[in-house]
Amino acid sequence: MKLVVVQILLIVVVFVVAARLFRSRGARAQAIRRLGVLAFGAFAVVSIIFPDVWTRIAQNFFGIGRGTDLVLYGLVVAFLSFTVTTYLRFRDLETRYTRLARRIALDEVAGTLRTPEPPARDPQDPAAG
Amino acid sequence: MNTTQQVGTEGVWLVIPLYNEASVIGEVVTHARSVFPGVVVVDDGSVDGGAEVARQAGAVVVRHPVNLGQGAALQTGFEFALTRPDMQWVVTFDADGQHQTDDVLAMLAKARAEDLQVVFGSRFLDDRTTPSLAKKLVLRAAVGYTNLTTHTRLTDAHNGLRLLRRDVVERLDITQNRMAHASELVEQIGALSVRYGESPVHILYTDYSRSKGQSLWNSVNILVELILR
Repeated sequence: MKLVVVQILLIVVVFVVAARLFRSRGARAQAIRRLGVLAFGAFAVVSIIFPDVWTRIAQNFFGIGRGTDLVLYGLVVAFLSFTVTTYLRFRDLETRYTRLARRIALDEVAGTLRTPEPPARDPQDPAAG
Repeated sequence: MNTTQQVGTEGVWLVIPLYNEASVIGEVVTHARSVFPGVVVVDDGSVDGGAEVARQAGAVVVRHPVNLGQGAALQTGFEFALTRPDMQWVVTFDADGQHQTDDVLAMLAKARAEDLQVVFGSRFLDDRTTPSLAKKLVLRAAVGYTNLTTHTRLTDAHNGLRLLRRDVVERLDITQNRMAHASELVEQIGALSVRYGESPVHILYTDYSRSKGQSLWNSVNILVELILR
């Protein structure tokens, strides 16, 4: 199989994207994500070199006529899950950001308001001294 | 105003979320202050100078440094009210002038008479409020959904006028910053198993509130925000 310019280019792109995805933070979920990225990258390279590998998988394992259809379905699922996880992530971030902003707002108003009188401490009262 | 004398308003704090309503907030605060001693306006990052108008009208103004949403503003108002030792009741009240202080007094009287911890305002208990047919249908659907998913039986789920006793406010934590907070509030109150009731309120659909009011498309957004969390 001869490598064409487009194939080389695509492989480079996959490597760059995988490398960038690789450098983000977390623990077990992150490990899984990294393994997934590795597998995805490897598979991307394979499918660029052997374009008909998807068609073979699609026909033999899923009974789908064309490999492109299988890739499309996979992408739809991946995209939807990405959308949901991103949404939830943003919600989480927003909650923290809200608490921070609220803290600032309440502290600010507490500074401007006359604070409630401290418990009776009358300088004339000998008992309080 | 007769009712003011009959119903004691000490210890009542009105929480008014404010976002770019400078043209009406002054009047709303001035009127509210003539009935209730405690009025806190939570300015949610307004850029039209409404916060200053509210302050001059006599309200305590808590300013969010950035716009967070009405739900977030309510929670900030709750937390501020909890810092007031004299606070016994919190009333959630709209900045655009569509709520009536007389309705609040009726809710207060009802809560005291029936020993309720929460009184929800409802547009559908009498025929004073006249929403459009489309709005009515959406509100009904929202009530159905809320009753289905929470431990409550209400006739109006998205009414901004509510009376909450201090012990309830202490246990609330609104995390839905935008529109879904109304359902979230009902849900949390339902989960607390407190004594609640409903009181008829008259929502004034003025041209102003109509022009500012949330479009019906928002109900789709609310549903999504409630499902995805």
